Amino acid sequence: MSIKVEIGFKLNGVACRISVPADLSTLRMLREELGLTGTKYGCGEGECGACTIVVDGVTMNSCLMFAADCDGRDVVTIEGLAASRRGERLREAFVKHGAVQCGFCTPGFVVQATRLLEKHPQASAAEIQRGIEGNLCRCTGYRKIVEAIADAALPDQ
Amino acid sequence: MAATDPVVVPQSLIGQRIPKLDAPDKTSGRTRYIDDIDVPGQLHARILRSTEVHAKIRSIDTSAARALPGVHAVITARDVPWQRPIGVAKDHLPLKTDRVRSLRDEIAAVAADTVEIAEAAVKLIKVDYEPLPILSDPLDALKPDAPLIHPEPRGEDVGPHLKPGAPVAFTGKPDNVAMTFDYAQGDVVAGEAESDVVVEDTFRLHYVTHCCMGVSGVIADFDPKGNLLLYSNTQVPFLHKREFAELLGIDPGRIRIIQPPIGGGFGSKLDIYPFEPIVIFLAQITRRPVKLMFTRTEEFIASPTRQPVLLKLRSGCKQDGTLTFRTAETLHDNGAYTSWGATTPFVMMQTISSLYRVPHCQYHTKAVYTNNPYAGSFRGYGNLQATFAVEAHMDKLADALGMDPLEFRLKNAQDPGEVTPQGMHFKTCGLKQCLSTVAARSDYQRKRRENAARWQDGNPVKRGVGMAAMLHVGGGAKIYPSDGCGTILKIDDFAHVTIITGASEIGQGSETVLSQLVCEELGLTLAAVTVVNNDTDITPWDVGVHASRTTFIAGNSAIGAARQAKAKILASAAAKSGLAAEELDLKGGHVVRKADGERVVELGKFMRSLHFTDKAQLVMTTFYYEPPSKHQDKQFKGDVSAAYAWASQVCEVEVDTDTGIVRLIKVTGAHDVGRVLNRLGIEGQIEGGVVMGQGYALTENLMVEGGITRNPNFRDYKLVTAPEIPEMDISFIETMDGEGPQGAKGVGEAPAICIAAAVANAIYNATGTRIYAAPFTPENVYRALHGAAEPVAWNAA
Repeated sequence: MSIKVEIGFKLNGVACRISVPADLSTLRMLREELGLTGTKYGCGEGECGACTIVVDGVTMNSCLMFAADCDGRDVVTIEGLAASRRGERLREAFVKHGAVQCGFCTPGFVVQATRLLEKHPQASAAEIQRGIEGNLCRCTGYRKIVEAIADAALPDQ
Repeated sequence: MAATDPVVVPQSLIGQRIPKLDAPDKTSGRTRYIDDIDVPGQLHARILRSTEVHAKIRSIDTSAARALPGVHAVITARDVPWQRPIGVAKDHLPLKTDRVRSLRDEIAAVAADTVEIAEAAVKLIKVDYEPLPILSDPLDALKPDAPLIHPEPRGEDVGPHLKPGAPVAFTGKPDNVAMTFDYAQGDVVAGEAESDVVVEDTFRLHYVTHCCMGVSGVIADFDPKGNLLLYSNTQVPFLHKREFAELLGIDPGRIRIIQPPIGGGFGSKLDIYPFEPIVIFLAQITRRPVKLMFTRTEEFIASPTRQPVLLKLRSGCKQDGTLTFRTAETLHDNGAYTSWGATTPFVMMQTISSLYRVPHCQYHTKAVYTNNPYAGSFRGYGNLQATFAVEAHMDKLADALGMDPLEFRLKNAQDPGEVTPQGMHFKTCGLKQCLSTVAARSDYQRKRRENAARWQDGNPVKRGVGMAAMLHVGGGAKIYPSDGCGTILKIDDFAHVTIITGASEIGQGSETVLSQLVCEELGLTLAAVTVVNNDTDITPWDVGVHASRTTFIAGNSAIGAARQAKAKILASAAAKSGLAAEELDLKGGHVVRKADGERVVELGKFMRSLHFTDKAQLVMTTFYYEPPSKHQDKQFKGDVSAAYAWASQVCEVEVDTDTGIVRLIKVTGAHDVGRVLNRLGIEGQIEGGVVMGQGYALTENLMVEGGITRNPNFRDYKLVTAPEIPEMDISFIETMDGEGPQGAKGVGEAPAICIAAAVANAIYNATGTRIYAAPFTPENVYRALHGAAEPVAWNAA
């Protein structure tokens, strides 16, 4: 019902052109227009981190970002991370360390952790805890998530 | 068949760290939760909820909403005269007729082409209310002149809104008391007479809510024959099939429930809520699939809470430390309607009567209607509240005697073999080991003495340690006619096993543990198993995920099916190999000779040889496990679970007396889990439960004022975040329960239960101030420490 905007951006390494309503959030564009449902709606107001994506190398709550603002940017979602080496390592570590229960928050944590380790490859446990404080998990009690990220931070054996 | 090399026997899977089978999909964003599912042709629903806490509905004008392009249906109670009351007490109509009783109440609903259109249409509906007095305190609701929240329906409400003869949501209560529970054993008067020390206190436990990360949702779709397919987050699919069938007046066989993976349960999905029937009505009327997803605000306002409780406890003991009696009087704020929260006394009274040996005991509960949100079931089911009071009194009595609280607890702790006056038979009981283990590992006794000696040292930052223990059902809970679970197990031509189980996976890891148990029986690796567990047209019956029962009940069921399959395979292999079935075993994907592990035949090859002959046989078995537990009688006595779980936790806190900030530093826990099956899974359950308990104790508080939820968002409702978690030291006490699968007992709820109680005891140990009302937020703690707390008082008579 609202005005549409034509935008172009890089999504998971591939050029993407799409026409989106001006008031549409990036979260809804990803999920509803582009079919990338790995990014989750948890609260819609930037408090839970389930919708975390990477935009130009910075993690964002996609629920708080207008889709139109993706124009000209480099956007990476959990689906894109699945293809990266860092993402692969993190995902394996989350599995191995039991950092997943219901799993709803997990993509957001994996995305956030990817960015955290890029910025702080040697992050300590306390730094990891700080680095994921914007992501809520109701199942795990966070400890196994922290352990998984710490494990993924270690250099190759 | 030629014997080949001996098999390298892989070690047992039991007790190993097994990653969850669904974790690879979940970590890569591939898992499709209900919000990720769209059905072709689906419409989107939104619900209009009350803006008044308590009011009569004078009129509803839906004309503008109906006229909006893209709107397919707008419904109010008038449009669905066939609707029936739902919930535990059948006191709740999905769409309200003559009045609203709480802010969440559903008045109308819209199905439209898009969520935006549905939202716009909801805003166009006009409701004319006539406000009624608001009862937001159960004590006010109990007053003799209090207005009735559920008066007998009259006028309009028995007119066009309801089909003549259809049940109305009126349970005939003469006052606002929704439910009462009474339990008694022994003679509390005699018990008190022989007591040397008696203590009495009133405790107040607050509202919290589940905060599942995935919001509630449902998709309803009727086929042309009128069969209903429901995509649902329920954790009790088979019970809900029946309830929906009653609601629609159709045969339950015509309802199929598919359960996509769910974004958290914790008990919240144990009841039917109005949004589910409403979406079914919309699908019925529009003849289109209809999907509804809550917003987070809606999730906070319109999903259940933990039961808030006012609890008066009176306890006594003799000079030698023997407990003599306990009297508990509790008042439950039922909210506007009755869900499972009202029935938490079932669990609360077990803790009151049987966590420790108490000869004389009395328990009384009233659940009272108010205009507040209504409480459902939530991990622990009343046990956090009861344990909070009981464990405060264990410390207070010990202090009054000058006895060490650990010694006091050990003196009164249950032993294996005990049958309590309430009829619970503790065939295995590791309570004493749990208590001793946590005390030793946390250095409880020394720290407690030293902390108490520092109350007056002038340092504003104090340390404290506090202990609590818990008892919970660990072998199911027979509250329905059956507490069973069915399994269908098939083994294909390649020795791949499909476990079809009634047990729902809600993130807790049930499909992994069931696979593990089956592989252990059949000598296979986890890669050889697929679990089917989410479609009522396929899966056999199960009572649902609750009462920490799934590993125990579904686990025994899966083992039963696997053993039958194994017997069948070995009997056939015996016939072919010339060896007796008793001389054979399944190991490492082969039929082997039991004595020396010598391979007889590769299992896949053998399965094919069974299938591809003129006397073909399939290996497909079924098993139904019903635990050897009993219903409680009318006095609430009986051995309701096949096993009981025990735990103790010591919490160490730091209290800043200048700010009231309490930090949970460390939790030392010991859990009698029977036996560890999946070490990774059980650690995850316990760590998650501990942090959920931490939130209950310290940060979470659903602020309900005058019936209005003041903080329906994660900004103001504080879940614990990663930097705040305590150090955790968890020990497992393996008592090898004779009935449990491989000796295991249930654990799902246990870890959340003791934390608030132990933290309260730790704050006392740090400061010398006992706080009787949770949560221990900085404001509440500061007020308590500086004599500014509102006293918790209740004249229960």
